Order: sequence, then C-alpha cells, then structure tokens
Amino acid sequence: MRFSPAQQRYNRRALWLSIAYMALLLPAVYLLSRHMVGGPAAYVIGVAPALPICGLFWAMGLYLVEESDEYLRMMQTRALLVATAIALTATTIWGFLEGFELVPHLPAYIWSVVWIGGLGIGAGTCRITARRSA
Amino acid sequence: MNNHLRGLRAERGWSQQDLADRLEVSRQSVNAIETGRYDPSLPLAFRIAELFSLPIEQVFVSPSATG
Repeated sequence: MRFSPAQQRYNRRALWLSIAYMALLLPAVYLLSRHMVGGPAAYVIGVAPALPICGLFWAMGLYLVEESDEYLRMMQTRALLVATAIALTATTIWGFLEGFELVPHLPAYIWSVVWIGGLGIGAGTCRITARRSA
Repeated sequence: MNNHLRGLRAERGWSQQDLADRLEVSRQSVNAIETGRYDPSLPLAFRIAELFSLPIEQVFVSPSATG
C-alpha cells in the first residue's frame, strides 16, 4: 500500500514522538517513583512524557490539514470521530462507576491511550462500512 | 453515485493506479469513486471529466436520472 505524502509525514512525526515518549517516560518514572526530584523540577519532569502524547494529537490535526486527498481525509476524519466517541463513552461510564466506588480508580492519561486505540478501531470500522455501502 | 469511470479507464488501458497518478489522488480514492462508495467533490469531479476530455455528465450519472 502506497502512503500519501501527508501520511508519510504523519508516520515520521508519530515515530519521532513515540521515541520521545519512551525517552522521557523512563527517566520520569525512575526519578519520580523514587522521590529523587522535588519542587518545580518534579512538575517539569512529570509533564514531560505527556508532551509527546499531546504532540500526537497535534500531528493528527496537521495530517488533516496537509492531506490533499479528500477521500483519505474523510476516512481519517471518520476514524477520529469513532475514536473520540469510544474514548468519551468509556470515560463517562467509567467515571460514574468510579464515583459509585464500583470500579478502581484509573489515572486520567489512560483515556488518551483509549483514544489512540480507538483510532485503530475507527479505521477498521470505516473500511468495513465503506465496503458494505458499495 | 453511478459513473462510467471503469469503462473510460479501460478504454485507455489505465489501471486504477495510473488514473490515481494522473489525478494526483490515492488508488483508494479512485477505487472508492469507481465503485460508487464515495462521491467526489465538485472540483475533483471536474478534474476527472477534464482528464477524459468529456462533459461531467458523461462521466457521472445524475442520481435523479437513475431514479
């Protein structure tokens, strides 16, 4: 399968952001779980692994701006909507269950992971529904 | 939306990829348009018609004409 130029740029950005995430996460976990850093520095180190994840959202938005192929852009937009629906639904349901102390507490960043996972589901369902409508 | 893209392409001996390259879109786009799964925007529809040197209505079939 050939990637469009915009897809190639997105893939490159996503790869670099993933590498940055791992490079920032490991020292953050090491330093903060052992309470080796405190004060403002702890906040800087603590927020650092979140930034590449935020960068993925930026890269996704940039992809939609840069993609000149209208069909690919539409498919990706649909996948993003599916991912958003999955993440918001999961967040809402889990939030209520957690509020009633029926499920354990989850760290909030998990919903970003759910959203990114939802992108894969979204891409799959969009392909299936597109095939069915033929 | 029904269209005559497959026939027009076949007349010229072009693959979907050949047509995609000429239109500067992906092969998936050509496939989706050809099979009626995706209706192209007006600018893209005009680009397709101009590529085949045909009026747009000889490439795409009006939905109201098909009933």
